[in-house]
Amino acid sequence: MFVSSPPEPAPHANHMVARAVLASELGPDGRRSRVSRLRSDGPLVLRPSHPKGAEPLTHRRTDAARVSLAAGTAGPLGGDDYALSIHVGAGSTLVLQDVAAMLVLPGAGGGRSRMSLDIRVDDGATFVWWPEPIIAAHRCDHTHDIRIEIAPDARMILREEAILGRHGEVPGNFASRLRITRGGAALYDQRLRFGPSAAGADGAAVLGDAGAVGSIIAVDPAWERGAPPADPYDRGAALTPLAGPAIAIGAVAADSLALRRLLVRGLDILGGPWIARHNGKDGS
Amino acid sequence: MTDETKSHRALRLGVAGPVGTGKSSVIATICRQLRDEFALGVVTNDIYTDEDTRFLKSAGVLPEERIRAVETGACPHTAIRDDVTMNLMAVEDMERDFAPLDIVLVESGGDNLTATFSPALVDAQLFVLDVAGGGDVARKGGPGIARADLLVINKIDLGPHVDVDVDRMVADAEAARHGAPVLALSRHRPETVAALCDWVRAIHGSWANGSHTPIDPGPMAPHHHGPKDDHTHAHGHSHPHHHPHD
Amino acid sequence: MDGAGGSAALLLLSDGRLPAGGYAHSGGLEPAVTAGRVTDMSDLERFLVGREETAGLIAAAFSAAACERSRRGELFEIPALEAELDARIPSSELRRISRELGRQLRRAMSAVHPHPHYDALGAAPHQPVVMGVAAASLDLSPRDMALAILHETNADAAAAAAKVLRVDPFDVHAILARMATRLDRLAGEAARAAQGPSADLPAPGSPLADIAAEHHRRADVRLFAS
Repeated sequence: MFVSSPPEPAPHANHMVARAVLASELGPDGRRSRVSRLRSDGPLVLRPSHPKGAEPLTHRRTDAARVSLAAGTAGPLGGDDYALSIHVGAGSTLVLQDVAAMLVLPGAGGGRSRMSLDIRVDDGATFVWWPEPIIAAHRCDHTHDIRIEIAPDARMILREEAILGRHGEVPGNFASRLRITRGGAALYDQRLRFGPSAAGADGAAVLGDAGAVGSIIAVDPAWERGAPPADPYDRGAALTPLAGPAIAIGAVAADSLALRRLLVRGLDILGGPWIARHNGKDGS
Repeated sequence: MTDETKSHRALRLGVAGPVGTGKSSVIATICRQLRDEFALGVVTNDIYTDEDTRFLKSAGVLPEERIRAVETGACPHTAIRDDVTMNLMAVEDMERDFAPLDIVLVESGGDNLTATFSPALVDAQLFVLDVAGGGDVARKGGPGIARADLLVINKIDLGPHVDVDVDRMVADAEAARHGAPVLALSRHRPETVAALCDWVRAIHGSWANGSHTPIDPGPMAPHHHGPKDDHTHAHGHSHPHHHPHD
Repeated sequence: MDGAGGSAALLLLSDGRLPAGGYAHSGGLEPAVTAGRVTDMSDLERFLVGREETAGLIAAAFSAAACERSRRGELFEIPALEAELDARIPSSELRRISRELGRQLRRAMSAVHPHPHYDALGAAPHQPVVMGVAAASLDLSPRDMALAILHETNADAAAAAAKVLRVDPFDVHAILARMATRLDRLAGEAARAAQGPSADLPAPGSPLADIAAEHHRRADVRLFAS
């Protein structure tokens, strides 16, 4: 299936611009999914991979297409502009994981770093996106923009985790937006901001004194007649049904390890195919 | 579309009175005695728990779905007087969901002697005192005691234990009410329960045939703070409130 | 209509004494206090600022957008606006409360100042949407409406502060005074966003408010419904 490429901006001397593309499709046997397009660009390195650690929904399945993403060694840095376009073709299953956490850093010349993900999940497809945390380093200025359009009979689960600074460090400015539309209608739209310019983010309505914040969003047409009920299973975490066949697990924690534990507990409550099986390591 | 349901309107009967006088118990008694005669619903007003709803549901006097709670944000008097929207909608919803209902009982959250129902919310109201609150309470008067459609003096069987002369208390109340009805009640004395039920039947009858005229007991009698203060207060605290008399 | 009229009508809509049941809610303050996250005045100030910058801005932008669409007679856009607002409130409890308050406000305003647009809203419209429609019916501008919602957002929580915290009311209002220019700025931001497509309306999240709201619903003892 054809996937349109994002526009190619002119490269800039000090700034890294990367445009990567990934697509999956259902193979000719009608069962096995395969990567139909894979274009790495600069620091955005995409590689077909094998199951790595815990992943929900596809446990024990061998017919999913699996890809891992490595976003360079460190970065993006201030001024960098990364974009990744993903198309999960009809009926296919794509699992996308990260090689390592993404550390966003200030650039030498300042400026904002930016990463955009534009994702389309077609009819009957399943998309499992299990990235590692994004760590907002001191004095970074990063914008993370994720747009997902999912077809009404497609399934999806994704995790997002943001860490407010490396150990003992005050984070820079971080802004993310995750917008999911389903059949063209809004399903989930949340912007998150923290750092010196985000007034009130350290208040008790937003993040308080947390060092890590994250969520899991799951969409399943099987929940059309009602998603699982709300369950505030921890002082800092709750599973809630969205206004559609979907749930959100939101968690706020002191650090990345505590956050991961909360999110894993949330998945356990969801149960069934949604559980990310542990490989001995807690929540990895 | 509006939330009003004029077609299946029930008699809306308020039950007010101070905390602990037995409002929930009076409602439970009415439900138990009259549920085969009338189609009933109950709206409770809770201050900071859903204790009243739980009590009535656990008493099993009505199917659980016919007992609904309104949360009053620690302002029970506001919910029945100044801003009745939540209660009004709870009543209207219930009338719509279980149409046709004959009577919807609205229990106030329990406040002080001055809290009465707005005529925008109920057609008639009874005010509940108990002997344990002291024999002189009835004499002190107040809008609910003086002008509710019925004053109930509850727990009269406790009179001897709390040194209250029940007959005297009833006489004081009758004097304060200028002859309007006063009912001495104990759920352990069947004849008093029968009298309560008769009153409910009568008020429903007169409401249904159009002869009942809703009255507003009104807020506390106007009073003045000082010679230079000509501002009239309905009640003496800082909560936003209307001045229906002004 | 240019929305120039109605300063007095704006005060009517933004007055906490408007009988629409708002007094039963603490704007998320009681849940935050119960969770132990607001214990003193500096916590309270950060709470209020964070709330205005997130839930306050969303409510302001959506009420301004509803006002704008109602003024243009474009009520067919309201369902999409409602869906966009749903998408911005992950907590099912907070969505329920927003719709409950919306129903109450419509019930009150249908009696106070009837307008055919109220009938065109769904069974349980979100509170900011009803507020926007009410504003349009009173010839108020989207920016007026945004400001009224932001004021109400603060006023509800400030009034509750006296009941759920040990505070000096003067200190609470000193915070509100310090926040005045912030509210003006946010109202401008909301009104600008209201001119654009619904999908682009602000979407700032408030994760702790979502989590605390779900806990609050299950609390045995609470003064406020939310």
